[in-house]
Parts: sequence; C-alpha cells; structure tokens
Amino acid sequence: MHPAFSVIGFTVASGAGYGLFILLVLAEIYGFAEIDVPVAMSAGVLSLLLISGGLLSSTLHLANPKNAWRAFFRFKTSWLSREGVFAILFYPVALLYLIGVYVNDAKPNGLVWFVGLSAVAIALLTVFSTGMIYGCLKTIRQWNTALTPTNYILLALATGSVLLVMILAFAGKDIKAAAGVSIALLGLGALAKAIYYFWMKTVTGPTINTATGFTRAQVRLLDTGHSAGTFLTQEFSHQTPSTLLMQLRVVVFALGFAIPATLLAFMMMGLPSGLVALVGVIAMFAGIAAERWLFFAEARHVINLYHGAQHT
Amino acid sequence: MKLGLVIDLDVCVGCHGCAVSCKQWNTSGMTGALTDYNPYGQDPSGVWFNRIRSYEVGDYPNNKTINFPMSCMHCEQADCVDVCPTGASYKRVEDGIVLVDQDKCMGCNYCSWACPYGARELDRSTGTMKKCTLCLDRIYDERLDEVDRQPSCVITCPAHARHFGDFDDPNSNVSTLVRERGGYQLMPELGYSPTNRYLPPRVTRLIPTEDVSKKSLISSVKEWVNKMVER
Repeated sequence: MHPAFSVIGFTVASGAGYGLFILLVLAEIYGFAEIDVPVAMSAGVLSLLLISGGLLSSTLHLANPKNAWRAFFRFKTSWLSREGVFAILFYPVALLYLIGVYVNDAKPNGLVWFVGLSAVAIALLTVFSTGMIYGCLKTIRQWNTALTPTNYILLALATGSVLLVMILAFAGKDIKAAAGVSIALLGLGALAKAIYYFWMKTVTGPTINTATGFTRAQVRLLDTGHSAGTFLTQEFSHQTPSTLLMQLRVVVFALGFAIPATLLAFMMMGLPSGLVALVGVIAMFAGIAAERWLFFAEARHVINLYHGAQHT
Repeated sequence: MKLGLVIDLDVCVGCHGCAVSCKQWNTSGMTGALTDYNPYGQDPSGVWFNRIRSYEVGDYPNNKTINFPMSCMHCEQADCVDVCPTGASYKRVEDGIVLVDQDKCMGCNYCSWACPYGARELDRSTGTMKKCTLCLDRIYDERLDEVDRQPSCVITCPAHARHFGDFDDPNSNVSTLVRERGGYQLMPELGYSPTNRYLPPRVTRLIPTEDVSKKSLISSVKEWVNKMVER
C-alpha cells in the first residue's frame, strides 16, 4: 500500500492524544501519578491538540474534502464512519472532564470520575475503530487480523503514557509509578509488534491462481495492459526493498520502544528531568512514525496478484 | 434481478475493444468524464472501468495465453459499499448494480481498498471514485432498440467474449452459459460472491511442435542480418 503521510501523521498523533487522555484520567482516579490542575490542564490541552491536529491531517488525504461532513452517516456499516462519530463525541465529554477537574481543584469526585471514565471509553472506541478501518479489510492479509486493532490500542496507550511522564517531569512531580506504567505499556506494545511481525511471515490467502481461476498450472503475467502507471499501481503497488524494511523494523524497536523505555528507567533511578523525557518522546515519535510507515508499506493488497505477484 | 456479465476466456483475443468502447460511452455518461492525465505525453494515464491483462498459464509446450478482461463484478457481498463512510457507494436492490453517487463521494479511497478486483479508480480531476455502471444509462433506455440495451463492452466485443444478462433467471443466456461451460468466480475464498463469471478455455488438442523443421542456413543468415541492420 502507498504510505500516505497525512494518514501516518493522523494515526500517530491522534493515537498519542487519546492515549495521553486515557492515562491522565486513570492516573487521576487510581493515583499512580500526582495530578493537580496545571498537570491535568496541560495534559488535556496537549491531548486535544494532538487529536485535532491528527483529525485535520486526515482530511488532507481526501480528494474531495467538501463532502467530508457526510462521513458521519454510515455508522451502521463503516468503521471509518464510526471512528469519525466517536472522535467528535469525545470532544464534549473530554472538555466536560477537564472543566470538572478544574472546578473541583483535582480533588476526588465521583461525578468527575464518571465523566472521565466515559471519555476513556469513547477514546478507546475511537482508537479501536481506527484499527478496525484496516483490520476489517479482507483484501489485505497483513491487516485482516485482531493484531491490528490490538496494535493501535497498545501503541496509543504507550505513546500517551510517555507523554504523561514528560508532563509530570516538567511539572516537577514524582514520576516513579507513572514511568513504571509507561515502561510496562511500551513493553506490551513492543511484544505485540514482535508477534505481528512473526505472524506476518506466514503466507496465507489468495494467490495468482485463485485470482485468475487457473489453479492447476503456473500462472505468469505477460502484460498489464497499460504502458504507464494507473490509479491501481499508484495506490497498491508500492514496493520497498526488503533490506530497507528490515532496517526500519530495527528503527521501530530501537527508537520506538527501547530508547524511551531506557530513558524512563534512568528517570526512575534518579534523573527525573523533563528534558530527558522530551528526548524519549522525540525518539518514540520517530520510531512509531516508522512503525506506521511500515504498516502501510508492508501491506500487500490482493490486486497485486493481477499485476503479477504470485501471492500477497 | 441480478444483472452481470459472463466473460469467455476461451475466445477473448485481448483487443481492448471493450475498454475503449466503455470509455467512449461512459465518458459522456452518468459518471463521466473518465478523465485522462497527460494523454499525449510520455506516460499517459487515466480512469478506465475495464482493464485487460494477459497471462501465460502452464509451461511450454503445454502453455496458453489468456487475455483477462476485468471490470466491476457487482458482488453480492460488496464490501466496498459497507466500508463507504458517506453512503456514496450503494448497491441497487432491484438489479444488484453497484454505483457511486458522485455528489456524495469525498474521495477517501477506502472503497478501492476494500475491492479485491481493482474495479474502482479515483478520478483526480473531480476527486471522486468512479467505476463500471453496467451501462445503467443504456440497458434501461427504452429509446434504444431492444438489441442495443446492453452494456457498451458487450455490444462492441468482436469475439463475442462478453455476455450480459440476469443471473437470477435460470434460463437466461448467462445462467445457461455458466451451467454449460463451468463458469466460475474469481477469488471465491474472499467471500465477496462476485456476480460476474468467467468461462474457462475449452480443452483443445495440442498443437504438435516436434515436427517443426529446423532453421535453414539461409533463414539463420537472414535473421542475423535483420538483427544487425537498423533502419
């Protein structure tokens, strides 16, 4: 698949935004970080900025954005529509929670917590829908798996948790418990990603034989029927050298998971500086952007079978 | 009604006549124009509802060239319709034709991702998705003669490799062809249940190759000269 930068930016940024908000609410309720009004406000604003930036970026890949408002009306069948509805629904609930925390001076309050947990549920549904946009496609075996929404949810939580630790560190709060949670989430995210890469190696699904119906002999492409690129080749025939793919996987695990986790561990052991966390955040976003780029670049649509691929 | 096409791979000669005729009819039809990009340049491209590819099946000497025209299969389980967030893509209840409402499409490409047959192509000039309409604006046009109320590609095909009809009627021409010639669906394992069917090539006798005479000295020299001398 052609990796569109607007979609990569959207999924990475909005995922981190939803993850940050989820971790903020959970930290406030379960007390694994000291959340006062400035921390809650800066985390809330950063989260909403990332989400809004991501959503705006996602409209950039539309060829006809003037009809984008119609995208909310097929909630019953389309995961893309569901994602849009949940994303819009999130805003009022999240704002209500932030107002509640502000008015209540971040003290324990059942009503505020209820609103916060509602925002968490909607955020999780949004990220799940993002994953299912890709996961529901039978045409792309690399995506058509429960690992896809799992990956989206885990990476949203992991990236959000690192952002929360950074905010806590800049505010001079104790980060020990939050950094621990963050390292655990990064570990889970890396594990799920490793399982995904391992699982993806096994070739399944349609072949050039089932695509053409000639299952009792070898089938080879003689001619694609066009002399230049078409919409189909531009959208689906993206080819990256396999060595580059392997190198990028190393980048994903090093920058996306190992470096932020190591820096967080340093911070837990007595270097609770916001700048260290910032370095971790930058490395993490580079790594997760590479992860998202790979997610598209490694996906092979079945239309490639008609263009001569023996399997996907 | 379940309208669709039967494509006879035994007789398709790969002339691209169906694709050209489709383009000519539909560029002024209900989802026109079928925009061309850089049509007189080095790498001409554009929107087509039909694509014809050619394959070699089997190994020499038991090999065969198969010309393979593909357009929208008007699937019974049309995921392209389900994934559309705007409702621009829809499948008509009365005859099963899958269409895109050009006034609603936002050009997100999602339906083209859901289609395994490459039937949908984005028109970059209008920013909307376009696809085969089964010549909806022909097959129901009562001002045309009965014989002309068929998709443009079917009427044009010089080899009669394309047939149009109602698959719900067991005695229609398409149902009969599928029954008698073993018509099959492409990639049935994905579960889209495409309406269009393909007729496999008939089994014919082998063309012997053992008795082809060896090249004579003169023809070898001629061949060599033809390779060396440029116009």
